Amino acid sequence: MEAFLHQFLSGLATGGIYASMALALVMIYQSTHHVNFAQGEMAMFSTYIAWLLIQAGVPYWLAFGATVILSFAMGALVELAVIRPVRNAPVLSVVVVFIGLMVIFHSLAGWLFGFTIKQFPSPFPSNAWYGSTFMSPHEVGAIAVTLAVMAALFLFFRFTPLGLAMRAAAQNPVSSRLVGVNVGRMLMLGWGLAGAVGAIGGMMVAPVVFLDPHMMGGVLIYAFAGALIGGIDNPAGAVLGGFIVGVLENLIGSYVVGTELKLSVALVLIVVVLIVRPSGLMGKTIVTKV
Amino acid sequence: MPPAPQLLPDDTPTMSSVNPLAPATSPVVPAASRVWHPALWLALPLLAALAFPFVAKGYLIFQATMVLSYAVALLGLNILTGYNGQISLGHGAFYAIGAYAAAILIDQASMPYWATIPVAGLFCLVAGYLFGLPALKLEGLYLALATFALAVATPQLLKYKHLEAWTGGVQGIVLMKPDAPFGLPLSQDQWLYLFSLAVTVVMFLLARNLLQSGVGRAITAIRDNPLAAETMGVNNRHYKASVFGVSAMYTGVGGALSAIAVQFVAPDSFTMFLSISLLVGIVVGGVGTISGAFYGALFIMFVPSAAEKVSKAAPWAVYGLVLILFVFVLPGGVAGLINRFRQRRHA
Repeated sequence: MEAFLHQFLSGLATGGIYASMALALVMIYQSTHHVNFAQGEMAMFSTYIAWLLIQAGVPYWLAFGATVILSFAMGALVELAVIRPVRNAPVLSVVVVFIGLMVIFHSLAGWLFGFTIKQFPSPFPSNAWYGSTFMSPHEVGAIAVTLAVMAALFLFFRFTPLGLAMRAAAQNPVSSRLVGVNVGRMLMLGWGLAGAVGAIGGMMVAPVVFLDPHMMGGVLIYAFAGALIGGIDNPAGAVLGGFIVGVLENLIGSYVVGTELKLSVALVLIVVVLIVRPSGLMGKTIVTKV
Repeated sequence: MPPAPQLLPDDTPTMSSVNPLAPATSPVVPAASRVWHPALWLALPLLAALAFPFVAKGYLIFQATMVLSYAVALLGLNILTGYNGQISLGHGAFYAIGAYAAAILIDQASMPYWATIPVAGLFCLVAGYLFGLPALKLEGLYLALATFALAVATPQLLKYKHLEAWTGGVQGIVLMKPDAPFGLPLSQDQWLYLFSLAVTVVMFLLARNLLQSGVGRAITAIRDNPLAAETMGVNNRHYKASVFGVSAMYTGVGGALSAIAVQFVAPDSFTMFLSISLLVGIVVGGVGTISGAFYGALFIMFVPSAAEKVSKAAPWAVYGLVLILFVFVLPGGVAGLINRFRQRRHA
């Protein structure tokens, strides 16, 4: 039982990381109706920026803040330079561009920082009071950070005029434009926010999986699965889905199929969700009028 | 009142998937006077391909064999993505299934190498059809996402310990290179190349006939306007799942050819990079074209290995830049460019 509890809680901890990545995916989906394949690699690149700053002697939380701001700028820039031109293109072009972005960020990180695995510090002291035999302080801290980010985003989208404008721009670009919302700028803002959220996720996951250009490959798939389980258009659902995937991955991995098939668990989850309930647990069913 | 169905939308020419058939079917050439032209366009490259192994040396012949295997695989992906509009980022998985099917049949069942090609194709046809059935519920980005997960999970599945008796686990399977039959005075490399060329020609003829038939019209109609296609009596479900199967079969045959040529299969040859390579191949060659498969195959065979000499990260960087560049600048791919030149000359 104790072993089960341990697996469950450590699944919850990795789930927190998937949740923050899933949240970033949903952010972009909400503001653009696109699924960003490059999300994981962009987060990985942001984490390298943080690593670079920390190596240069910048205190952790200062580096954290600077990375979030830089990642925001990076996300906005990518939207402006690469995504905006294919706004009206067929889906295939968009997917191809996303894959291109993913590959570029991957190789850029490998080229600039090398392929050797690096350690990334955790901001949470290893002997803090909130640690226990079940969960390390970092795991608890990562979950807390994820929940805080989610709460902040919820408040932002629900209660600020800017958040309202962003939601409007995604749901009905034409009408939003008519009432004076700058749709292009809102999309740029959405990408920037997703970049920032992704960076936070990357900095939380790096102390666990260590920093290298391949670090996000698996995380991205789990985050996709999480976002789909929760409903790709629902931020709270994405967070819930991320936690569910983390727990399921750990439990199925250690009790059913063995750790070497963990990624296939994500694949099966994706396919099952898409067949049984494509709108996810908390998403809305999309109805197309013809 | 819905708008009139248009089989070929008149959008801005962004990606050639919108209107890739235009060059191939537009009757620019007056029938009688220039009727030898299209035949010549096919005959000359074929003659060159036949003469190639007697001019080139060992390793180059091997690379040419690999180009053929990639070309068949790319054709399969293009039938699915370019003609039918179902985006797959996971065709590396079917390439792997084909390669492993051939390798296991040769290694365990001591089947002759040539007989494994149709069996591997059949195996992938079934696998593709089965994957295509749930994929019916997915469109556009969602399908891309599910197949992407398939690509990422493939090496893990191949390493699975309960399959190790057949797949050889991490070590993979080592094969023997076949000799030329009937005492023909050919080296192993030359024979294998000619064998692959024969398979490739057959596969391309079949694909051309399929795509130019009524079935082919239905396949492209589903891509261009699924609703209109359904209204016209096309059974979308049946066609989409079947096209997934046929596409997987082509890619599997390509994989089987590659396994025989490389004489080795191992899980790490079939990573996500392979699936991305196949995507790059159809984008470079030309989405929704048949001949594009060859240009794409040449590209993914030679450009990454050339780039690798510069830096370990370079092949990925080249792929990324090429993908984005082609979408922005040359959405029709190399085949689209060549077709444009040919049409201008005829006009």
